[in-house]
Amino acid sequence: MSKVVVITSGKGGVGKTTTSANIATGIAQQGKKTVAIDFDVGLRNLDLVMGCERRVVYDFVNVIRNEAKLQQALIKDKRVENLYILPASQTRDKDALDPEGVGRIIEELKQMGFEYIICDSPAGIEKGAQMAMYFADEAIVVTNPEVSSVRDSDRVLGLLAAKTSRAEMGGPAIRTHLLLTRYSPLMVKRGEMLSVGDVLELLGIPLLGVIPESKAVLQSSNKGSPAILDETTDVAQAYLDVVFRYLGQERQHRFIEEEKRSLFGRLFG
Amino acid sequence: MAFFDYFKRAPKSASLAKDRLSIIVARERTGSRSGPDYLPALQQELLAVIARYETIDLANVTVNLDKSGGCEVLELNIVLPDTPPPPPPRLSASVSA
Repeated sequence: MSKVVVITSGKGGVGKTTTSANIATGIAQQGKKTVAIDFDVGLRNLDLVMGCERRVVYDFVNVIRNEAKLQQALIKDKRVENLYILPASQTRDKDALDPEGVGRIIEELKQMGFEYIICDSPAGIEKGAQMAMYFADEAIVVTNPEVSSVRDSDRVLGLLAAKTSRAEMGGPAIRTHLLLTRYSPLMVKRGEMLSVGDVLELLGIPLLGVIPESKAVLQSSNKGSPAILDETTDVAQAYLDVVFRYLGQERQHRFIEEEKRSLFGRLFG
Repeated sequence: MAFFDYFKRAPKSASLAKDRLSIIVARERTGSRSGPDYLPALQQELLAVIARYETIDLANVTVNLDKSGGCEVLELNIVLPDTPPPPPPRLSASVSA
């Protein structure tokens, strides 16, 4: 049984690609055959974040246009067994994606035994984003606790309910999950940032997890190694929780409350 | 820690963000996710009716949609001009267009 999961948000820069890389890596680490597809044609970045940019020969668009076989375009991760990446094309634009081509490739990936097909959506609500969500069974909506991001997420939830294969065929609604990223419990406590409760109330979808604001995200993208691989960081712990929760395990939500800090930390932090 | 509390007195921007978002999200959903998109038209018509009796400045009108529990509250806030309007008979006589 395969699951197609879109990582989407509407707004750019909220952590879709970071989340795609970490969730795909985390699920694969649990022994599930997983592929992450970069739908950001023209602005591909998933390969860079996952550290396989030098191994890209063929891409998603090449496969859609029958210029290469799917097996030739899939890049096998060198660190994690069961993890593959299908990079986007850097030279074409989003019009290169069409429902027939994308549908055919997703079907082929299912035939190859991929259990999780993670679709990393581009920003916006135009063609690329719509293609990324079109065949989804589930959606992880990545949101920052910030007004424009929340508004855009709400807009995307509207699209997920209307402009997808499931919606058009009258199938069951796409399951949606909220992932709140770049969260700062300290700012929330001071009343300077929307709280997880505020965002949940506004968007009305279940919470998958909260990822704290952390330097580790930049450091891991610098290295091309998803944060989840270095379990010492809070971001890795948060993404691990998300993966286990997503796979059906009970995990208490963390990183919502401010951590106890020493007096010294409180005075000078 | 009264000394540190002093710095916490700034207005809470998070609650402002939440209030602004509740309005905009509710408004946008009436168009896309639930029910008919009659809110903008309703606003216009209500304002047209009020404008017949009172000179109002559109900048002094705010329309909010709030959700409390299961019901939605449409809040129309109109600031009336300071000077009293002319008596009704003369007003109806002067309105010709």
